[in-house]
Amino acid sequence: MDEMEKWKNGSDTDQLSKDEEKIFDEIGLNGTSRRKFLKQMSAASLSIWASSYLTSDLLASPARTLPDNPEILLNEVRVNLRVNDMVKQLALDSRTSLLDALRERLQLTGTKKGCDHGQCGACTVMVDGKRKLSCLTLAATCEDKEITTIEGLAENGNLHPMQEAFLKHDGFQCGYCTPGQICSSVALLEEAKNGEASYVTEDFKDVKTDLKLSEEEIRERMSGNICRCGAYNNIVQAFKEVHSGDDEMPTWEFATAKQMEKAKNS
Amino acid sequence: MRPFSYTNAKNKEQALQTFTKTSHYLGGGTNLVDLMKEDVERPDQLIEVANLEYKNITKNNEGGYTLGGMLSNSETANHPDIRKNYPLLSMAMLSAATAQIRNMATNAGNLLQRTRCPYFFETSMPCNKREPGSGCGAKDGMNALHAIFGYSDKCIATHPSDMCVALAAMNAKVEVQKTDGSSRTIDFTDFHRLPGNQPEKDNTLEPGELITVIHLDEPKFSDHYYYLKIRERSSYAFALVSVAAGLQIKRGVITKAGLAMGGVAHKPWKFTKVEKYLEGKKPNKVNFKAAAEMAMQDAKPFEGNKYKVEMGKKAIVRALTQAFEREA
Repeated sequence: MDEMEKWKNGSDTDQLSKDEEKIFDEIGLNGTSRRKFLKQMSAASLSIWASSYLTSDLLASPARTLPDNPEILLNEVRVNLRVNDMVKQLALDSRTSLLDALRERLQLTGTKKGCDHGQCGACTVMVDGKRKLSCLTLAATCEDKEITTIEGLAENGNLHPMQEAFLKHDGFQCGYCTPGQICSSVALLEEAKNGEASYVTEDFKDVKTDLKLSEEEIRERMSGNICRCGAYNNIVQAFKEVHSGDDEMPTWEFATAKQMEKAKNS
Repeated sequence: MRPFSYTNAKNKEQALQTFTKTSHYLGGGTNLVDLMKEDVERPDQLIEVANLEYKNITKNNEGGYTLGGMLSNSETANHPDIRKNYPLLSMAMLSAATAQIRNMATNAGNLLQRTRCPYFFETSMPCNKREPGSGCGAKDGMNALHAIFGYSDKCIATHPSDMCVALAAMNAKVEVQKTDGSSRTIDFTDFHRLPGNQPEKDNTLEPGELITVIHLDEPKFSDHYYYLKIRERSSYAFALVSVAAGLQIKRGVITKAGLAMGGVAHKPWKFTKVEKYLEGKKPNKVNFKAAAEMAMQDAKPFEGNKYKVEMGKKAIVRALTQAFEREA
């Protein structure tokens, strides 16, 4: 029997080696659920094998044909996810990150997966108004929290002022980090209003609100969002326009020989 | 990532009772979830403790403040009472990571961060901390980021936290809840441990013990403080060397000094002898330089991190100078 026949009949799925049986027992799959799981796994590998025969139309829209909740889940958790004023109850594998839940289950693909390890900031969203990394947040921990993604910033068809400013000042090149940059910027507006400090704040004891952030402050506070294209000057400019109405291009210059000398000797 | 079951602990009792040897408490997850993705941490149960009631900052009986273990790093660093009384702690905490990560990370979790030694993260490499007995790849390998104090043959990794360096300089205390319902308080310098023969153990917690609060002494360094962090880029990087410096100065003389270094040992490296040396001295360059020499005299660097000795001396002088010159 060739591979395809075996798969169709499901006849290979019950013939596990001792080692395989042990693994399945360890992860808690047995009996019917084991057979269902194996069939799904076979279907998944078939879809990879068959992908070269499918047209791009079919490949672009598989998510819509997925059932709301998968039939079988390991360590299932049920979570009410409140995203952009919409509530959806999802059954999830406990391992699912908020990022994957947003992208793969709610089709909110505006939030981007960059490094998936908390090093780039592309996945930044707001959770209860605070900017956080959705790649290191387990969806299971988000029950009843208010999540705002890039898709939730526009109101009544009007872009958020920060989105407008990024467009106006070309705060991007390839655009992949942009949703994270914008969510981070919007949260930073609030942080400045609340008077939160940063490492470059001069006096920590002087607690003030409604801060007007310098360029140095903006750069430090936005350092969690990496832009591989290097659109930083434009990003700072966009932020400044919304933050303080100042849309002057950020300036920088090389250190002078004298400044270099002073730095070496200090 | 390996499968695990998830428990959202409703209260301390539930968290402690649900704990098993293969469980992990989950705070902000900024380090733990990443390590699980890398297959370095392999818990079969996560018990979320981030929602437990330890989220306040209150005055304590020592004339200081007590920080809730489950409060986020950003809420702690920006709390008006902390900024006014312990600006050294705020500054150190805000030098760490990014706004996003500080919003997620809890105070208790910060103490439990694991090393960023690249051999620890890479499962194809030997690492006694990750897999006891497999050897240390860094000792004769790439060790630019590694320890110059207190290491052993088994492990030369460093502790990555900035917050902990400030807490070491400030003589904090850590209160933990044991699984049998009792609690104990640990001096900050005894909380983290040196690698010795058991590098897999970062600290002196027993299995299942849960950090609930951190106690701070009455504020001493609110006028003269500086946290200097030297790293490979100006933001969002771990310290090569960092210095927490706090001075209490009365009538031109140092009456109390706090000095600790990060990025150089398996735990925040507190210079107790140097702190004593500085007390009673005038805050000037000569004394700061002598302090720096004394602090670094026991350093034993490796091939790749010899630079840390000189960098450490300059960093101490600079941090003490900045702390002194700050307008009180």
